[in-house]
Amino acid sequence: MSKIIASAAIRGAYKLVDRAENEIKSAVEKFGKDRKVEFPNTAYYLPIIYGMTGIAVKKLGDMDEVLNIAKGLLPPHPSESVWLPYLGGTLDAGMATLFVEEMIEALKYLEEPIPYLIAPSPDENNLWIGAADDKILRERGIEFVDGTAPGFAACVGSLPDAETAVKIAQELQEKSLYVFMCAQHNGKGMAEQLKEKNIQMGWETRLVPFGQDVTSAVFALGFAARAAMSFGGVKPGDYRRILMYNRHRVFAFVLALGEVTDEWYATAAGAINYGFPVIADTDIPTIYPRGICLYEHVVPNVSHEEMVAKALQVRGLKVVHVNIDIPVAYAPAFEGERIKKEDVFVEMCSSRTKKPSFEFVTMKPIEEVEDSRVEIIGHDLDEIKEGDLLSLGIVVEIAGARFQKDFEPILERQIHKFVNEAQGIWHAGQRDINWVRISKAAFAKGFRLRHFGNILHAKIHEGYSGIVDKVQVKIYTDEEKARELLNIARASYVERDERTAGMTDEGVDVFYSCALCQSFAPTHVCIVTPERQGLCGAYSWLDCKASYEIDPYGPNKPVKKGEAIDEKKGAWKGINEAIVALSQGKIERMNAYTMMEDPMTSCGCFECISCLLPLCNGIMTVDRDSSMMTPCGMKFSTLAGSVGGGVQSPGFIGHSKLYISSKKFVSGDGGLLRLTWMPKNLKEQLREKLEKLSKELGVEGFVDMIADETIASTQEEVYEHMQRVGHPALNMESIV
Amino acid sequence: MFEEITVCPASQAMLQKAKDENIRTCFDRISDQKSCPFGDSGGCCRVCSTGPCRISPKKADEETGLCGASADVIAAKNFVRMIAGGASAHSDHGRGVAEVLLLAAKGEIPGYTIKDTKKLLMLAEVFEIPTENRKAEDIAIELAEKCLNEFSKDEPLTFLKRAPLNRQNLWKEKGIAPRGIDKEVVESMSMTLMGNSLDYKEIMRAGTRAALADGWGGSMIGTELQDVLFGTPKPIRSKVNLGVLKKDEVNIIVHGHEPLLSEIIVMVAKQQDMLDYAKKHGARGINIAGICCTANEVLMRHGVPLAGNFIQQELAIITGAVEAMVVDVQCVFQSLPQIAHCYHTKVITTNKRAKIPGAVHIEFDEHDAVQSATEIIRMAIENYPKRDQIKVDIPDEAIDLVAGFSHETINHMLGGSFRATYRPLNDAIIDGRIRGVVGIVGCNNPRVRHDDIHITLAKELIAKDVLVVSTGCAAMAFGKAGLLLPEAAKYAGPGLAEICETVGIPPVLHCGSCVDNSRLLIAVSEIAHIGGLGDDIGGLPACGCAPEWMSEKAIAIGQYFVASGAPVLFGVGFPITGGGMKDLLFKEYWDEYTALWAVEPDPIKQAEILVKWIDNAREKLGIKERPPRVLYDMAMRRELKF
Repeated sequence: MSKIIASAAIRGAYKLVDRAENEIKSAVEKFGKDRKVEFPNTAYYLPIIYGMTGIAVKKLGDMDEVLNIAKGLLPPHPSESVWLPYLGGTLDAGMATLFVEEMIEALKYLEEPIPYLIAPSPDENNLWIGAADDKILRERGIEFVDGTAPGFAACVGSLPDAETAVKIAQELQEKSLYVFMCAQHNGKGMAEQLKEKNIQMGWETRLVPFGQDVTSAVFALGFAARAAMSFGGVKPGDYRRILMYNRHRVFAFVLALGEVTDEWYATAAGAINYGFPVIADTDIPTIYPRGICLYEHVVPNVSHEEMVAKALQVRGLKVVHVNIDIPVAYAPAFEGERIKKEDVFVEMCSSRTKKPSFEFVTMKPIEEVEDSRVEIIGHDLDEIKEGDLLSLGIVVEIAGARFQKDFEPILERQIHKFVNEAQGIWHAGQRDINWVRISKAAFAKGFRLRHFGNILHAKIHEGYSGIVDKVQVKIYTDEEKARELLNIARASYVERDERTAGMTDEGVDVFYSCALCQSFAPTHVCIVTPERQGLCGAYSWLDCKASYEIDPYGPNKPVKKGEAIDEKKGAWKGINEAIVALSQGKIERMNAYTMMEDPMTSCGCFECISCLLPLCNGIMTVDRDSSMMTPCGMKFSTLAGSVGGGVQSPGFIGHSKLYISSKKFVSGDGGLLRLTWMPKNLKEQLREKLEKLSKELGVEGFVDMIADETIASTQEEVYEHMQRVGHPALNMESIV
Repeated sequence: MFEEITVCPASQAMLQKAKDENIRTCFDRISDQKSCPFGDSGGCCRVCSTGPCRISPKKADEETGLCGASADVIAAKNFVRMIAGGASAHSDHGRGVAEVLLLAAKGEIPGYTIKDTKKLLMLAEVFEIPTENRKAEDIAIELAEKCLNEFSKDEPLTFLKRAPLNRQNLWKEKGIAPRGIDKEVVESMSMTLMGNSLDYKEIMRAGTRAALADGWGGSMIGTELQDVLFGTPKPIRSKVNLGVLKKDEVNIIVHGHEPLLSEIIVMVAKQQDMLDYAKKHGARGINIAGICCTANEVLMRHGVPLAGNFIQQELAIITGAVEAMVVDVQCVFQSLPQIAHCYHTKVITTNKRAKIPGAVHIEFDEHDAVQSATEIIRMAIENYPKRDQIKVDIPDEAIDLVAGFSHETINHMLGGSFRATYRPLNDAIIDGRIRGVVGIVGCNNPRVRHDDIHITLAKELIAKDVLVVSTGCAAMAFGKAGLLLPEAAKYAGPGLAEICETVGIPPVLHCGSCVDNSRLLIAVSEIAHIGGLGDDIGGLPACGCAPEWMSEKAIAIGQYFVASGAPVLFGVGFPITGGGMKDLLFKEYWDEYTALWAVEPDPIKQAEILVKWIDNAREKLGIKERPPRVLYDMAMRRELKF
């Protein structure tokens, strides 16, 4: 009966509000009202509170206001008779609970030592990793947006035994869901059960151990709130859109595993506000009528065998699962799985084994390809011993009426992801520098090299049916044959590189638009040119071209440049017309080569953000892996908050990493030579390319003229450095 | 012996007392006042002195008025004049509230403040009034001025845009989008003059505009601005029936329709000096109770108990325990002072529009409402020692209830503060847990068994999973029958019961007074807006019913619901004659408005008709069966709008 749930949730909310009040009081006594409080490395403060109320809790003293809001949300306890409506009040109690739980968790970060490991995955000593920082949010949150991860399961409590815990975790992983674990039942949490079974946990395997306390559920719901603000472009305080974004985009649910306490009920009521239903393994009351969630709100008494299937059904989630005929599990969650040396059955890698290893996609006439054929040239794993050294040439031959040579590298790049998502297989690199490990466990389950063929055949058809008609895979383990094919492949690699290196914006008549992110940033349009990738770094001009061929009604469309309006700034009539149409009239014009006037908009997926440093007469850039304060006075996270959401912000642009090394990088503003500051790591990653480009631009040793965080952290310091090294931007015309 | 007259036990007891004390009530007068068969069927034409002409209901297609007016024209004129009467009552009410808001915002009338700024801002948005960096008072002044302008403007009424777009377009297309409220009432009166429009369809079109000007104009202004001034109703507990009168307290009954004064009376009655004054006169306290819609207003906002509905007004005095019955406007019997004369009760009229010979008149002056209220309360207190204990007989019945279901409450109760929404209601309808929604509204009529039609109908409907929303005296009948209790879910069908339990609500929701029928317009519009059930009010599984109606206001309300797309069923009888008028209202309106009128006095048959309407709508919407569960992949999720 719903009234029982309502009563329990409201009781739980009162208890947690009391607890928070006491803990805040003690913390204030101990540290004072001005003590800074935060989750590490996030621009979203305490994200649920920030998202729902717009209040940025920065210090202990800020918590009072939120505590009062939470108290104001608490409804009266439902009476025995003549009760007043309680559903709305229960949802409010749930939200109040999340507010105070978030503050309780923030107080934990004041403890010494901090009870959480500040890392993306647990280590030997600490299982619990608490709040995700913004770097994780950007890497992982995007998966919720593009559908790679349809949602998450917030697993509260524990299973009757570790085997069941492993089984449920793996089932969830196979459905591509993230598994967020918190709270304990019978003195144990689900994450502790996975640890018993040596299951690799952390963000990279999608098994995330948040904390022991039920209050740590706020890390899951805070992540959801941040996803809406960061990728959905929803403004803090716009609670309704944040919650509806989650109801419609993030298909998450709560698995209540074990006795449901008042506090669990209260937290679950908070989750229901997001449209996340509760599936329980105990005999609690039901709430079947739908509305706040897509379908049922509380479904109890679900057996562990059918729990995951039931949860998907209740949430209304369809996970399209290509059935790949292999003996191991296959899901994106296994992409992040590591295989330790001692667990390796066999590894293939030219540099380590001194035997040829490579992968190669090549186009063939249709009569030469027999679809789904997998051929092993040489030995498969049955015929070798553990630890033997093996050659590996993966050659994928593709035929398709609409297939083009240009698409070969695009598909080839996918081999890494496709192969890596199989459990017990680890893959790195590409072309002839690839590195593959197959675990003993995978071998024991029956995994053989021919299964690479099955995977590639299935996944290439799944993702590229528009351009691919037939796929056959040849796997060369015979060293001599492999070497022969390697030479053919290498010739092809060289030819491709020459072709793409020569591609320029001037050399083509059409650019491609990318509106993939419009589902969350409705006015944003990327214009992808040969010399400027999509700002996410994932789409080159060729990728867009292929994507258009695959699905002409998809997110990428060819856009004729048309008459040039301003070659230097990068303005064309055709591009502007397309921008108007694709942004639903919100954006009128765009300049491709300047960030100072009508720059391209950003969705939120940018790898880097460049912004103006007026004092330096130049610009700086920062990538999303860097969490340090930058000379513009903002961290990447804060910059991201003001640049995204499909608006033009002169003086700011989002872009890919590679774009920095493009001749067209803000070429209208003076190009690369305007760059005065960038994070050291990024600088080292791009050093070679930047040296080459700056040489072409006539400056030797330019890369070391660019300041980084070890040299300068304010504009003034950057300016001093520029003067010391004679940075060319000092002598350029004024940028503003 | 009074069971055939009323199902209300308290009323039965008071009728016995009246009989014993030889006091005549409306229940007695009915035997010497048979209704006029010509008037009853709308065929009596009194618009000029060549008549009155009478059209016999049986010969409607043959007879005409002296001027040649057909039965259809005569019926249409009478019908439209009833609409004009009803619309003017609600609109006068609405104007009064707007005037008080204007004065209150200017700080010119003590006692009144802006209680609900959230509602104020919502309304400011509707009227496109800038709000940024402005004081609430300034916004309220502009809002009140704009609302006052609604009475005389030439453009369509502002609130029309709260209706679904399709309905707005239909109004435009049919030429019935109302302009200034006064204009529409005046025009409909002028068109029905001797020798003016003689096309019954044109006359009805004018009446429809006046009716819409009531629902989406006068009434809505009344409801919404009252919320700004006195607060938007929230769920609240109270009690109903004559048993709420207190043996040892000063009983003051507020009766009528406008809360402008009664709000202040409720406030002043809580003051310590008043309580002391009551004690000084031997009373333990001051008990305010209500009758009719004034009661509903102060119930919804303060939980003031309900003494009873329309035809209990005389019976309340007969308890012998009422020190003062304070009346404002509408539905007040002239017999009250006569009956009060048999007891110590003082009947106090307060509005210049509704004076009664024999009553004390204390003019409600909004400039000094506190003074008016104080004077009234003091008079009641001073009257307490005159109560004749021998004549006192307060019935036991005082039934618990839950009220306060405003549009805002429904939003909050279904989704809380952060997800406030009608979505769960729409989903419950789509899934068939709730079959449909029926608004049972309106009056009591001594010509039918008091409260019986209301209660029998509501019980039939909720048992069939139909959610009942209610206003006015109908809602009080439900309260007395215990149907406004959440525990009454046990009378509901399994689907509705499940929703009641999920949300914690009764199966019958008390939504306020009869001007608050405008809340029901907003509710049905919101159901259409929220999606999944078509994109108009017309075609929703939602309809209205006034089973015990009597006032002209009911005709106005019925007509604005029909023209807004909700079919309406009336009990008792219906004042129209003529084949053309019957075809128009009972058939052709369906093509015009996707809604029509129907008449049926028997509550069981009423339920059958209403359920049939609902089921037909469900079938057309393709939700006869519960829709299959859709599972969403990424592409489908992207299509979900939010």
